[in-house]
Amino acid sequence: MGAFLVRRLSINVLVFFLITIAVFALVHKTPGDPIAMQIPADQLNSGSADFIAQKRAELGLDRSLVVQYWHWLTNALHGDLGYSLLNGRPVTELLGERIGPTIELMGVGLLISLLIAFPLGILAARRRNSWLDYGATVVSLGSVSIPVFFVALIVIYVFTLKFQWFPSSGISDPTNPGLLDSLHHLVLPALILGFGNSGPFMRYVRSSMITELDADYVRTANAKGASPRRVVLRHAFRNSLIPVLTVIATNLPQLLAGAVVIEQVFAWPGMGQLAVSSVNQHDYSVIVGFALLIAIIVLLSNLLADVLYTVVDPRVRLR
Amino acid sequence: MTEPLLQIKGLSVDFRTDDGVVHAVTDVSLAVQPGEIVAIVGESGSGKTVTAMSVLRLLPKAAEVSADAIAFRGTDLRTLSAARLRAIRGGPVGMIFQDPMTALNPVMTIGGQVAEAVLLHQRRPDRKAAWRRAVELLGLVGVPDPAERVKQYPHEFSGGMRQRAMIAMAIANDPDLIIADEPTTALDVTIQAQVLALLRKAQAETGAATILITHDLGVVAELADRVVVMYAGRVVESAGVRELFAVPRHPYTKGLLASLPRMDLDVDQLDPIPGNPPNMAAPPAGCPFHPRCPLARDRCRTELPPLLEIGVGRSSACHFHDELAVTA
Ligand SMILES: Nc1ncnc2c1ncn2[C@@H]1O[C@H](COP(=O)(O)OP(=O)(O)OP(=O)(O)O)[C@@H](O)[C@H]1O
Ligand code: SF4
Ligand SMILES: [Mg+2]
Repeated sequence: MGAFLVRRLSINVLVFFLITIAVFALVHKTPGDPIAMQIPADQLNSGSADFIAQKRAELGLDRSLVVQYWHWLTNALHGDLGYSLLNGRPVTELLGERIGPTIELMGVGLLISLLIAFPLGILAARRRNSWLDYGATVVSLGSVSIPVFFVALIVIYVFTLKFQWFPSSGISDPTNPGLLDSLHHLVLPALILGFGNSGPFMRYVRSSMITELDADYVRTANAKGASPRRVVLRHAFRNSLIPVLTVIATNLPQLLAGAVVIEQVFAWPGMGQLAVSSVNQHDYSVIVGFALLIAIIVLLSNLLADVLYTVVDPRVRLR
Repeated sequence: MTEPLLQIKGLSVDFRTDDGVVHAVTDVSLAVQPGEIVAIVGESGSGKTVTAMSVLRLLPKAAEVSADAIAFRGTDLRTLSAARLRAIRGGPVGMIFQDPMTALNPVMTIGGQVAEAVLLHQRRPDRKAAWRRAVELLGLVGVPDPAERVKQYPHEFSGGMRQRAMIAMAIANDPDLIIADEPTTALDVTIQAQVLALLRKAQAETGAATILITHDLGVVAELADRVVVMYAGRVVESAGVRELFAVPRHPYTKGLLASLPRMDLDVDQLDPIPGNPPNMAAPPAGCPFHPRCPLARDRCRTELPPLLEIGVGRSSACHFHDELAVTA
């Protein structure tokens, strides 16, 4: 198990460096200039070119990309991601105050999607081609094919405007803070995110479960006198998890993408919101910092999936 | 004669497939007496596994099963409630399957799986006791160092060791009937002999009646009391092992035996009888064996030969079984 993890870890570190290089290059090659962006168009004159050049030199933007990257990397490894080109605040600080809400939204959203996907997928697999199976298929198709923002608008219309059950904006009510209030604000965005991601999970749980329920060892368990419930939960379930874990881990970027959209719709003060505004204003250091953070999250979750593998599948430990 | 331990009468199993209805088993009757070893032989696809699985209703839902009787110790298994059927599965009836590579759960320890077989039939479930019994059972079936190896997973066991674990599960609750579906087919030849010896020992110690499905006529000669020969989903001959080997009374059985220069070769390896078994979705009219039968004549092409009692404890489904009695 140790050697297995060390190998996976070193692959992840390598991937991590490749991602930062790619993002760095991409961001700096996009047309548009962060300094010029800050000068109102009517004030642009012959002198502003000099001003921009001077500013760029101050910020190190005139140096070669390799040098800039090296500079950024050595600082990053010391926990310094630079400063926002717009407001001069440290990028780590900006990200730091945004990461919590996003992780909260993604975590609860993921949990909800699994709570939808597993029971439905298992039931659909056990009753193949029943009305329940078809119903589950419709639900999962809906979850995949209806755009998140569209679902969000309908949900806001029904639950916020019509019934006024749940708020549709922000993470908490400053006049009435507390755990209950936070949960209250979390309900709609997390439910929508969870629903949107449950579709593919459910399809994989279902097909994986169908494969396992046909397996020889399931027949053996039946021949021993195990109850259907025991056959599903004790025998087939754990085997069916093996392929599903990969799907969940590789789906995390989609989950994050969904969260970015939902943060816009629900004015959720997370990283998605920050990222969108930084991209619009070419705030290089924030974008790169954001990308770095995503890379870390994705790689960590892949690593987590690897660890879970070794827990679920005893055959992995020896490889 | 005493009441049979297991009585199957008029069993038929159909599968609806895209190619039409497959008549996997047709009108099979079979009785197993307490302590008796009955071998079922026949080519691949002749319906042996389907027959064995229908006893404990282990066929997939797609199977359409009908029978005049499936009774174990007089209990009608066709209509038994699911809960009471589970008490029989793995309790008084133990099963061993062909492929020990896939028949064990890959993510559960061997001990966990053997202990489960015990636990499911304890009156008061006791995990510790079940685990101790699992260690004991594994020792009994010849797994070395059982106290350590219970903690291992199937992939850490060799094929032969896995089949020993399967046997341990089958005999865990002192069964009266063991159904073994080709228990050695998937194993190396040298291991086959060991596992067979173990099976014989287990049978002798538990006194369980055994249905032994096999391709290996050598095994039949060595182990079985009685032989049931299946062809195209039907029983074509059934007799005591000596009588059957001495004077087969069905041309198919005769073909199987004649092609046995050496007892340890498989039926399938030898391809003893020219031609192939019929398509079970559209079996030939008359005697299903007639396209391959050296004795076939007009009557065989139109008239299905019924399985008739032709002597004490022996029957044949051939219009001309008399002729075979003479040639011997
Ligand atoms: N689930 C199923 N769906 C459709 N047909 C099936 C199914 N299971 C078995 N059959 C058919 O039933 C027939 C009998 O199969 P069975 O497995 O009983 O043969 P067998 O005598 O055990 O052969 P083998 O020696 O290869 O194990 C075959 O023609 C097979 O194709
Ligand atoms: S009935 Fe006819 S075809 Fe069938 S086995 Fe007997 S002789 Fe052969
Ligand atoms: Mg078979």
